[in-house]
Amino acid sequence: MASETLTELGDAVSDQLAAVAARMRDQGSRAGVGELLAAHRALEAVDCTSREDARLALRAVLCSERGDLVKFEMAFHAVFGDAHVPLGANPFDELEGIPQEVLPHAGIPSAAPPMADAQSDPTAVPAAWSDVELLRHKDFATYTDMEMVVARELIARLARRSPMRLSRRTRPSRRRGHTPDLRRMVRGSLRTGGEPVDRAWRAPSRRPRPLVLVLDVSGSMTPYARMLLQYLHASVSARRRVEAFAFGTRLTRITHELGGRDHDRALERAAEAVTDFSGGTRIGAALASLNRDHGRRVGRGAVVVILSDGWDRGDPELLGAEIARLRRSAHRLVWLNPLAAHPEFAPLTRGMRAAIPHTDELLAGNSLASLEQLAVILEEI
Amino acid sequence: MSLTYVGSVEEASEALASQGYLADRPVALAVHLAVALEQPLLLEGEAGVGKTEVARALAGATGARLIRLQCHEGIDLHHAVYDWDYPRQLLALRAAEGGVNEGELFSRRFLLRRPLLDALEAGADESVVLLIDEIDRADDEFEAFLLEFLADFAVTIPELGTITAARRPVVILTSNRTRELHDALKRRCLYHWIDYPSAELERAIVHARVPGVSETIANRVVTAVGRLREHGDLYKLPGVGETLVWARALLALGEDADLDETLGVALKVHEDVERVRQRGVLDGV
Repeated sequence: MASETLTELGDAVSDQLAAVAARMRDQGSRAGVGELLAAHRALEAVDCTSREDARLALRAVLCSERGDLVKFEMAFHAVFGDAHVPLGANPFDELEGIPQEVLPHAGIPSAAPPMADAQSDPTAVPAAWSDVELLRHKDFATYTDMEMVVARELIARLARRSPMRLSRRTRPSRRRGHTPDLRRMVRGSLRTGGEPVDRAWRAPSRRPRPLVLVLDVSGSMTPYARMLLQYLHASVSARRRVEAFAFGTRLTRITHELGGRDHDRALERAAEAVTDFSGGTRIGAALASLNRDHGRRVGRGAVVVILSDGWDRGDPELLGAEIARLRRSAHRLVWLNPLAAHPEFAPLTRGMRAAIPHTDELLAGNSLASLEQLAVILEEI
Repeated sequence: MSLTYVGSVEEASEALASQGYLADRPVALAVHLAVALEQPLLLEGEAGVGKTEVARALAGATGARLIRLQCHEGIDLHHAVYDWDYPRQLLALRAAEGGVNEGELFSRRFLLRRPLLDALEAGADESVVLLIDEIDRADDEFEAFLLEFLADFAVTIPELGTITAARRPVVILTSNRTRELHDALKRRCLYHWIDYPSAELERAIVHARVPGVSETIANRVVTAVGRLREHGDLYKLPGVGETLVWARALLALGEDADLDETLGVALKVHEDVERVRQRGVLDGV
């Protein structure tokens, strides 16, 4: 019974808030659904037993410019009835010295801050930035589940940094460029009696360069594959023109599987599609399939990033030939090797030795810091 | 013959054949549907399987006007729909010493019509086949515009107003799959994947397209191309176009010219040529 009454009460409040917003809109203010939702959160955040607090909170979120203040007061008065604010009184009075300023939206937290637990130990909690700092250099293989969740956000941010290239599509530019903007010049010369006085220019725009990510999911890569797969997912959903592949003994295209906003579903779908998780590795054969079956996607100007430790059970000669071919058709070839983070790393595996002459960059791929390094290189390419 | 005569799968097949385009049933069916449903047809397939030819043959057979928009990197509205003739506008402005008003300056006299506008402005009694070639080369923005265009067959030119097609053209889009097209565009289109033709069909194509070719040449070339495609280890497989050129080459060189020597007609990647020679793929053809 009690909960029902509460819901009813809640509905009544919603109705009234909506009515206030509607009245404000009638008078030309722009209080929309977003403001209305914010108003609900604002009421949660203040002491609702105080009519005055509620009014001020609502005013803060529902008004977005000075002219709205009067509209709000009238609407509030009409809906909630009380003559506490006499009509005709200047609502600016209580603002004292600042009525000339446009009032900004006030930031109000969505919920009350968590109550401090009296029984808990007052242990120091590291500040957010130092948390991240520690995580940055930590090897993916030693991540806890919790850290994986924390790193997800950081990885998503890194994935947005991507290679760009100049497009043949141009856009208006302020600087003196290489193409005159005749369209703007004709328009401009209408003002000056047919004389093209002002020169306008267009400059090439920048667009994302195709990016191809090829992830090794064989047994030796298992500690890293999960995090790197997250990076693949983040890249695919963050920007256009990204292709993602996974390979162990054979190559699988997982671009479609990794698409979509739902993080966990995407990784699940990808894991289903890749049948040779944690198995053997045949990098040469995988790259051969990439060259042949997906050559068009890779070709012409793509940056190809291979994420693998280079342990290859296949034919090193095949690997050499295929990676040479890949290098010729791609714009740049970057190899991320988690083992390369080790100070004593030397490319001794047969696979790595065959591949190194053909890669443009060899990076570690074992931590957030190394992914950041990749992001920097991608931006420079 | 007009587009209304492509009333069945058989008629579509006949129409294409009359232009020397021998289509298997799925292709003919797709073309028939595109005409009957007035829906754009998206053709995908490996290079050289004759995607563009479908539009050409359909237009040729039905007497429709073929309007072709070749997509390229950086294509935008002004390449595809219309542009203003700015140099002439500037000249007109100078000649009139500023006495031109804006309405005159942005009138049809200075309008440059590009393929899509041409297709819209075709008369109600004129049938048009609009070929939008290699759509995958255009960028996403252009694709989004195209989506809108294909929905209402209308464009708005701010200075002139909205121009709507009197009659929907038959639209054929081709893509080489260098990138995935947007789902929304695909949903708007009928879709067909053109495969390599069967040996039998390919022989018929050789005969139809290369006049004077003997049975021996057709057999040899089609067998050779078939083996290359089956080999499966090549970077670039020969398409129907390559088959035809190869047949012409043999016609010029004589029936029993060495296929190995003329391999460069069909294979354009050095490693592929090497591999085929090493492994003797073409032995005995």
